[in-house]
Amino acid sequence: MTDGTHSPQTAPGDEADREGLTGGLGSYAIGFVLAVALTVISFALPNLNLVWTPSIPVALAVLAIAQMGVHLVFFLHLTTGPDNANNVLALAFGLFVVCLIIGGSLFIMHALNHNMMNPGMAM
Amino acid sequence: MTAALAPAHTRPATKRIIAGYGFWIFLLSDFVLFSALFASFAVLVHATDGGPGPHQLFDLRNVECETAALLISSFTSGLAIVFALSRRQLPFQLAMLATAALGAVFLALEIHEFVGLIQQGAGPDRSAFLSAFFALVGCHGLHVSLGLLWLTTMMAQVFAKGFRADVMRRLLCFSLFWHALDIIWVGLFTVVYLYGVYL
Repeated sequence: MTDGTHSPQTAPGDEADREGLTGGLGSYAIGFVLAVALTVISFALPNLNLVWTPSIPVALAVLAIAQMGVHLVFFLHLTTGPDNANNVLALAFGLFVVCLIIGGSLFIMHALNHNMMNPGMAM
Repeated sequence: MTAALAPAHTRPATKRIIAGYGFWIFLLSDFVLFSALFASFAVLVHATDGGPGPHQLFDLRNVECETAALLISSFTSGLAIVFALSRRQLPFQLAMLATAALGAVFLALEIHEFVGLIQQGAGPDRSAFLSAFFALVGCHGLHVSLGLLWLTTMMAQVFAKGFRADVMRRLLCFSLFWHALDIIWVGLFTVVYLYGVYL
């Protein structure tokens, strides 16, 4: 941040002048190892008797969301730094719309199916 | 935030940042598109019309191979970016070639799965569940195909024009696109295949 050429913003995926965890080859290596671990756990979990069976869907969802986070941080280099504010805000809005569409559809269709349960009432 | 940074904030963003940000907005709109397909799949997953359901149809071994291919290709495309940033032509081309090969393996496995499903009478016209399945997974496959086209174009452009600023911008957008495909695949193998087989 000391040299005058440093830009106050970064584009998603930018890593040219990034040091530490989320830059360069190391970032991809860490992300790859984490993603492989999460994927292997996702596929293995239902076959191992490690988790209480009814909680497996929740565990799989958590693993998937964690892996998406790993991809965003280590592959797309999205961080919470001030130079990334625009990218993260756009992501937050995108997630908001995604949640509305998926959650709303599931809720409406579930309520509809529930109300149509009684065949005598439907026709 | 500090006084030393104040002049930098008034300076217009570079072309690289504008291109990357614009492409990021496009990718987010692509996520919204996929969320609609995910929602329709989740709503229709039990609408099998007496036909085969996820338990009978999905082969997790195949999905594991697809996942491995796409994940490794995501890593090699990251390697390609690292090589491109250090302006190394041959390692860059090799990393892109590996990415393309793994993407092609993914597509081949997916087409193999689709053909197998259609041959056993479980095509998209069989039930609402299968229509939603083919729409969702097929749309992802279509994205991968377009990504492969873009990938080979970028290999040719870097080979012919070198690591010029405009070529680098396209390359970084391509890498965003390829990583985004992998993010969607994570949701896909969890919701469609793992939930389908184990729930």
